[in-house]
Amino acid sequence: MSMTKSISTNAIGLAIFAVFTAGLISITQVVTKERILENEKLYKSRLLFEILPDADPVLVDNPISLTSARFTGLDLLSLSNPGEYYRDPKTLDMILPVVAPNGYTEAIKLLVGIDKKGSIIDVRIISHRETPGLGDKIEIKKSNWIVQFQGKSLSIPSIEHWKVKKDDGYFDQLTGATVTPRAVVGAIANLLKFYQLNRELLIEVELD
Amino acid sequence: MTAYKDIVKNGLWNNNPALVQLLGLCPLLAVSGSVVNALGLGFATLIVLLGSNIAVSLIRNHVEDTVRLPAFVMIIASFTTAAELIMQAMVFELYQILGIFIPLIVTNCAILGRAEGFARKNQLIPSMLDGLMMGIGFTLVLVILGAVREILGLGTLFSGMDLLFGPQAKSWEIIIIEDYQQFLFAVLPPGAFVALGLIIALKNVIDDYISSPSTLPTDKLPQRVRVTGTIT
Repeated sequence: MSMTKSISTNAIGLAIFAVFTAGLISITQVVTKERILENEKLYKSRLLFEILPDADPVLVDNPISLTSARFTGLDLLSLSNPGEYYRDPKTLDMILPVVAPNGYTEAIKLLVGIDKKGSIIDVRIISHRETPGLGDKIEIKKSNWIVQFQGKSLSIPSIEHWKVKKDDGYFDQLTGATVTPRAVVGAIANLLKFYQLNRELLIEVELD
Repeated sequence: MTAYKDIVKNGLWNNNPALVQLLGLCPLLAVSGSVVNALGLGFATLIVLLGSNIAVSLIRNHVEDTVRLPAFVMIIASFTTAAELIMQAMVFELYQILGIFIPLIVTNCAILGRAEGFARKNQLIPSMLDGLMMGIGFTLVLVILGAVREILGLGTLFSGMDLLFGPQAKSWEIIIIEDYQQFLFAVLPPGAFVALGLIIALKNVIDDYISSPSTLPTDKLPQRVRVTGTIT
């Protein structure tokens, strides 16, 4: 009898305690919520405007979801969850996400800005786990390797040259790292193929 | 008064969580790649440690021994979550870099160790001081390790401090070695392991030096000369 009693008093005590600690967390959450949302938005928009510096600011607030119901060849992008893209309503430049699943350690996530003729405006790496000092030079902070994609499209260079130089392609690799650039070049080529397949739709589809 | 002095001494040196207790090594080794990362994790750990020591000391007479561990874990987890939210609100980009290691503060044994080993048996003020000093001790080791690895690995010091202290801190960066070809070993976790080992060894050498009697009989003098010789 006394054991059941001690179990129940302890359980009640712990439950009351849980309410207190949960209270602490919820107070913090309420206080910080707005700042965090603001930070997340700022972080995202800074990234987007780095790719399209002259874009209309409304671009950030109007992501368009990439669903297989709308677009063909969506698996070219290798997105793990339904992604979304951003479109400038005036210039029709857009920012599309793509994942390089074959990075050195894990998938590399990229954002690519494309103008309405299908040429690349700029590319940024959003997340990766490549080797520091070698593969991480794909980041704009570490080297300007990623800049070489500016102005390129499926015709410049021709599609069979969308490879690193080591594989008889057009693009520079990085010293000491071949797997990473190979993955990035492949992913961008896939994205351009996807753009070519869905160009009209991407430009015309209405905002969600 | 001497009790407080002992608490300070224990946290910073004699019983330093990272150098002597060797607790919380996983985040210590993983995040100490640069000074700014080390400081970020150090501050977060310090806040959680301080908060949990205060809370555990306050409830120490109201929680039964049999359920104290779940209660402690709940305290630590809630403080960690709160610290995580605060970091997201205040230093969002640093939070993005430290990533999973902030929530993992829950599993830092140094914090549960202080709750169980000190705050549970002591009054509020000593527990607070203990949490603060242990936190500072942990942060100091993190920062020293971060500085060593940043200099050896990247050739810089205090780079990216603007993530923690705002835009004016951008100019704090010191380039120690110009055009440095990164030393990968120091950047990767094995480098952290070796550097921590060297720091612990240095601490032991200093301890040995301090504890060796300063006034020695003349026939022991050669021995003393040899001890000092190893340090320099």
